[in-house]
Amino acid sequence: MSELRENPVNEYLRLDRLPSIWCPGCGIGTTVNCFTRALTESKLDLDKVAIVSGIGCTGRVAGYMNLDSFHTTHGRAIPFATGLKLANPDLKVVVYSGDGDLSAIGGNHLVHAARRNADLLVVCVNNFTYGMTGGQVTPTTPISAVASTTPYGAYEETFNLPNLMDACGAVYVARWTAFHVRQIAKSMGEGLKKKGFRFIEIIAPCPTLYLRRNKLGDGLDEMKYYKEKSVVKNGADTREVGLDYHDKIVVGKFVDRERPTLEEAMDKRFTDVLGAKYVPYTSPGKQPLA
Amino acid sequence: MNADPIGVLTGSHYLDGDHSCSEGAIAAGCRFSAGYPITPSTEVVERLASRFPRVGGRFQQFEDELAASIAVLGAVWGGAKAVTVTSGPGFSLMMEHIGLAAITECPVVYINVQRGGPSTGLPTQPAQGDMMQARFGSHGDYRLIALCPNSPQECFDLTLRAFNLAEEYRVPVVVMLDEVVGHMTEKVVIPPADQIEVTPRRYTSKKPGDFKLFEAAEGSLVPEMVKAGDGYRVHVTGLTHDERGYPAMNVVAQDKMVKRQFAKIVENADKIITFEEKNLLGAEAVVVSFGITSRIAEKGMQLAREKGAKVGSFRLITAWPFPEKQIIELSKKVKAFVVPELNMGQMSLEVERLAAGRCRTIPVLHAGGTVHNPEVIAEAILEAVR
Repeated sequence: MSELRENPVNEYLRLDRLPSIWCPGCGIGTTVNCFTRALTESKLDLDKVAIVSGIGCTGRVAGYMNLDSFHTTHGRAIPFATGLKLANPDLKVVVYSGDGDLSAIGGNHLVHAARRNADLLVVCVNNFTYGMTGGQVTPTTPISAVASTTPYGAYEETFNLPNLMDACGAVYVARWTAFHVRQIAKSMGEGLKKKGFRFIEIIAPCPTLYLRRNKLGDGLDEMKYYKEKSVVKNGADTREVGLDYHDKIVVGKFVDRERPTLEEAMDKRFTDVLGAKYVPYTSPGKQPLA
Repeated sequence: MNADPIGVLTGSHYLDGDHSCSEGAIAAGCRFSAGYPITPSTEVVERLASRFPRVGGRFQQFEDELAASIAVLGAVWGGAKAVTVTSGPGFSLMMEHIGLAAITECPVVYINVQRGGPSTGLPTQPAQGDMMQARFGSHGDYRLIALCPNSPQECFDLTLRAFNLAEEYRVPVVVMLDEVVGHMTEKVVIPPADQIEVTPRRYTSKKPGDFKLFEAAEGSLVPEMVKAGDGYRVHVTGLTHDERGYPAMNVVAQDKMVKRQFAKIVENADKIITFEEKNLLGAEAVVVSFGITSRIAEKGMQLAREKGAKVGSFRLITAWPFPEKQIIELSKKVKAFVVPELNMGQMSLEVERLAAGRCRTIPVLHAGGTVHNPEVIAEAILEAVR
């Protein structure tokens, strides 16, 4: 008889908070599974990994992770995480949120954090809709897709998030779908290793709202669509990777480059100008245990 | 504990209120600031941007006040003492994160240099129109602490105290200047570091697993703190939460959380509240004032005394929590309160509520843009003692 083995994911989760709020067929949990695998591979000290979420379905990820975890306000995970990282440079800080949270209400912070190369790994689960509030249109909802606030189909041009992040200076940009579990884990692992602003977009199904309202079937149907219509193009020109409604999805690692992080740029500037008068910021250190 | 000498500019200085706030923050051990430019508050972060690289601090200008007001919360959870600074329109944008700071019991300091409003209003001119916003501006029910300096010296003293109170009660503290106090230049004496009392963060001595981030410490209403990276694996959420910090969206958890967060301020009000009393013995009228208006009221009282009025002064140093007991006691002894303020009636409502008809409350209101004419305050005092 084989011994009953513990699920390897368990140590990464707050098991006392399960089951999660996510619907059957939702892609968010899949990405979390990939994230735990990336954490295992990374061999990082998990006490030094912090996760920050905004609001929404993906915004709940932080609360399920057995890490220092922060569930902040709508759209503001990135500036919270920037403050956390600047104040405690020993931490590896991951922002995990959805397309609406990061690119609509949080859009200003997203572009500026990429521009200043804040040392954050940002995971954006893009399900093309606001799930938590009942399936409204987001900046990524493809033209013609139905959402509760575009009952006759969306008509606004969408954000091509990889291109936006590329243009803003992100040092690492990748996109996968929830079908590409190994690639997601690999990208997340690369993202965890790298410094600077890293952005991973994961296209994921929202069966309850987006798929149902658009008569696209269930989570499994969406996986088949991802499998059939995804095209891997590592290094693709991000201008060419925009998404149309239920059409092909270009996936891959699009950007991987080096640029001084916010902290490095700050340090260099002050060292150059102030010389010996510069007193670098030091981590507050481990708190004294009595 | 005493202040870290590296940051303390001991000596006599000629400083404006804004710059004095910066020095108060540094003396308090603040080593992180996030900001977004807005008149008439920008000088505070400009000085921090200049001083921090020389004292081991970090300043980051953000893309807006929404970002600045939450970056400081991230920094606090990272282990820093942190401040952001703003004025009217920026203060409105920061309200959501004052609420987040309140519900997550995050020790942080917000400085608001008040200007005329509403909206863009009078960017370069004074008002005291945000006093109720400081108290009630974020949605939902919470209590915080607000202090209102009336001089550059007090900008130093009260910014320092704001940090100490924030740590003591794990609460956001707001320092409410006005444009005149922010921009007036006076002598500021900064004591030696070993004479500056600084409250350190109340880190728990419990081990991970035994510690609950939102459980009041023994004999206290205030929970102890941790920071990210120390192995506690805390969860911090803006949702209603239980003592572990886990979301608990039910009536019982809401009741318990909100009431303790109220109680830690209300039940410690006597320790938090400070005020300045002058000439109360035999006074028939008492001027209740704060911030720049208290400086103008001095002249108003002098003019009224020259005409025979027996008038005393009660100056609010803590705006919130409000010195309720003191006002109630005074209301039993005097004919009237005179409340000059650069708004259309905010703190005067509190005074009137607490006087409860035992004496008159005479607000001396001014829509802002400049300070009162002291003669108008004198006239109100003379009417009060008639």
